[in-house]
Amino acid sequence: MRRAWFFKAAVGSAAVLVVAGGGSYAQAAVPPAVTILNVSYDPTRELYDDYNAVFAKYWKAKTGQSVTVQESNGGSGKQARAVIDGLAADVVTLALAYDIDAIAQKAKLLPANWQSRLPDNSTPYTSTIVFLVHKGNPKHIRDWNDLVRPGISVITPNPKTSGGARWNFLAAWAYALTQPGGNADTAKAFVTKLYKNVPVLDSGARGSTTTFVERGIGDVLIAWESDALLAVNELGRDKFQIVLPSQSILAEPPVALVDGVVDKKGTRRVAQAYLDYLYSPQGQEIIARHYYRPRNAAVAKRYAAQFPKIKLVTVERVFGGWTKAQQTYFADGGVFDQIYQPNQ
Amino acid sequence: MVSALPGVSAPAVGEPALMRRALIAVTVIFLGVFLFAPLAVIFATAFGQGVAAYFRSFQDPDTIASIRLTLLAAAIAVPANVVFGIAAAWTIGKFEFVGKNVLIALIDLPFSVSPVVAGLIYVLLFGAQGVLGPWLTAHDIHIIFAVPGIVLATIFVTFPFVARELLPTMVAQGSDEEEAALTLGAGGWQTFMRVTLPNVRWALFYGVILCNARAMGEFGAVSVVSGHIRGLTNTMPLQIEVLYNDYQFVPAFAVASLLALLALATLVIKSLVEWRAGTVKEVRL
Amino acid sequence: MAFRRRSIIPGFGLTFGFTVLYLCLIVLIPLSATVFETSKLGWHQFWHIVTAPRAVASYELSFGASLAGALINFIFGILVAWVLVRYAFPARRILDSLVDLPFALPTAVAGIALTTIYAQNGWLGRPLASLGVHVAFTRLGIVVALTFIGLPFVVRTVQPILQDLDRELEEAAASLGAGRWQTFARVLFPAILPAALTGVALAFARGVGEYGSVIFIAGNMPMRTEITPLLIVTKLEQFDYAGATAIAVVMLVVSFVLLLGINLLQKWSSAPSG
Repeated sequence: MRRAWFFKAAVGSAAVLVVAGGGSYAQAAVPPAVTILNVSYDPTRELYDDYNAVFAKYWKAKTGQSVTVQESNGGSGKQARAVIDGLAADVVTLALAYDIDAIAQKAKLLPANWQSRLPDNSTPYTSTIVFLVHKGNPKHIRDWNDLVRPGISVITPNPKTSGGARWNFLAAWAYALTQPGGNADTAKAFVTKLYKNVPVLDSGARGSTTTFVERGIGDVLIAWESDALLAVNELGRDKFQIVLPSQSILAEPPVALVDGVVDKKGTRRVAQAYLDYLYSPQGQEIIARHYYRPRNAAVAKRYAAQFPKIKLVTVERVFGGWTKAQQTYFADGGVFDQIYQPNQ
Repeated sequence: MVSALPGVSAPAVGEPALMRRALIAVTVIFLGVFLFAPLAVIFATAFGQGVAAYFRSFQDPDTIASIRLTLLAAAIAVPANVVFGIAAAWTIGKFEFVGKNVLIALIDLPFSVSPVVAGLIYVLLFGAQGVLGPWLTAHDIHIIFAVPGIVLATIFVTFPFVARELLPTMVAQGSDEEEAALTLGAGGWQTFMRVTLPNVRWALFYGVILCNARAMGEFGAVSVVSGHIRGLTNTMPLQIEVLYNDYQFVPAFAVASLLALLALATLVIKSLVEWRAGTVKEVRL
Repeated sequence: MAFRRRSIIPGFGLTFGFTVLYLCLIVLIPLSATVFETSKLGWHQFWHIVTAPRAVASYELSFGASLAGALINFIFGILVAWVLVRYAFPARRILDSLVDLPFALPTAVAGIALTTIYAQNGWLGRPLASLGVHVAFTRLGIVVALTFIGLPFVVRTVQPILQDLDRELEEAAASLGAGRWQTFARVLFPAILPAALTGVALAFARGVGEYGSVIFIAGNMPMRTEITPLLIVTKLEQFDYAGATAIAVVMLVVSFVLLLGINLLQKWSSAPSG
């Protein structure tokens, strides 16, 4: 009995491996089934769950080829690290451009100009950073400066490993910078004070949402707008509400084809189509349904009520781009590390 | 001794009844809080939305795949470590040689190595940026973020279990019986199968179930080398984490309850083995 | 002196060869990769990484919380072993089997279960929070997880000693006029101490490297609730291989030393007392 089980398991896994490994593109009438891997950041689980199924149907209708899209989710930095270490991602869909730059630099799996290969800087949707608070907003949290009040407990993930957390950090910094009399020193003091109010640093955005929503820790969660909408709509409309700060940051999570992988596996065509389809009206519709802000104007209009207007700054304008921001704030010994040094 | 836990003989000297009751109460509360509560919360959450929801959790293809992968990893890691354990126990138990203590210490090493370090060393070795990375990439061999890496990490963390259970028994038994059998003309293999194996069978069995429990439940080491591809490289403990972060608490705890059941089965089998073997097993790391 | 004493038992070459080969392939060669990786760092750089304030804080936490857990287990382990060996009461056998649960229960499952119980909306977390005690996401939570992980060690090392203990010693002490407490302190405790310390050392060694059960319940804050294995993972996830490996080497050295200490303790506890 037991042996039969193991045997089946072994055969099953071997079959999966063969499918995963053998993606060579035959020019037959019906191309052989193919499997591609999308390595993504933390909160896109539901989005790509949905999108993968729709894309498979679209691709089957268009080419006759069956495609299975495999999914891996985790903190954005951690996922980039896995791809650099050899996780064979056909496409990466991460939280911020720097993490894909790192793959380009350290593993040379895609060209340095990858971001210019797709429309809108390779970001098929945008998002922003908002606050999630308990229903009725008992601690009266209205804006960023409420987060540094003594006694307010703030939940946000670790910027070292989470992409969302880096957007959170920069949004807070940009807020302090644009206040009257704001400069790098006041911003640093502001952010230091904010992180003093943080009791738990999860490694990914999802861990933080779980800590806040399920464990009941904290007065406010600094979250992706998409995750906050998901939490309110699907986990408890009567338990949580969203607070829009006076200003936030324009988050542009990019997508990219990993040339080094697709050329080896022979999956370039389907992987490219997978990314292109994100920009199609159908793709944009799924994106909007999962609470990300679509690029397509018509779709955006339909979902306008879901995405209120909010003053947004960009990383380019305020921080001079991601490479610089990463070096200054999140590298070893950078500003974020200094916050946690003793005697700060 | 017929039982692992012998009956209590009437003490000639003892504590007052009140004291005794107080100590029992403290023990029961301590074990209740630390051992029973975690078990209870797993099953309470898993069945929190009814039996139907519980069983629906196991229809998710990714969950089924994770159960398969866990079984596969254990099916490779456990036999590998059994062969190693028998060889090591034979060499150490039946022969005297220079450096024996060093060998024993090295076998123990994976016990005290953090699982995270266990994962890390395979990344350093087999990762694309690692020592063997370029060669592996050139030959299109995938170890890290694929099944071989998961199996290797599992073998590492369960490395000493069988050897460590067999060793004391083999040492205690000495080699008189084997020498007698050999003198009477039995072959080496025959002696092992007919004389040695029956003597150590309970220790071997116990080592196997412990090894299996750890193999199926390993998290840290496997997490580092997995890549977390749904339906492909997630083992059951990793799938629990994925489901938990997907807000799917009932399925997460349902899968956890399977592993908890495995743990309970391990404990029951262990109690039975001890009852048969008539000794209390010493625990080790 | 010959490498090995002559024996008529066959199979030395085969089993010894296989043992050493397997050990090298699975354990020693992979572990040597850490040395290879750290050798890319200069000594100065290595020292800088492993003595950085954040690393030092994580050692203090990992060692401190493991020690706290091991000491809790020292006291309660002796108590549990005593009660299980000496007293008859309902569910005694079930409790005895349950003691091994932390061994068999996967660490991640334990971590999630403990977090669910001790979060401030959990079964025990709620009453504790109303008393002002916060367990989940604090250092106390880490101690709770490590107490859970280390629980079987002291119980299982002390239990056999207590079972084999000669009752006549106690009776003799009593007949000489010693009180029960005196008998425990002077006669019983010294007899079980070596075994109990072995158990403490095992629990401590296990706790220092523990990852799965701790990360769910710890707050993971640098300098405050970040354990050393998590620091290794965090460094790894930031492409900082050398840094991760340097800290891993520190942990490996500690593992060696602990293993050595445990072996000495085991020799002491199995030596005939005199």
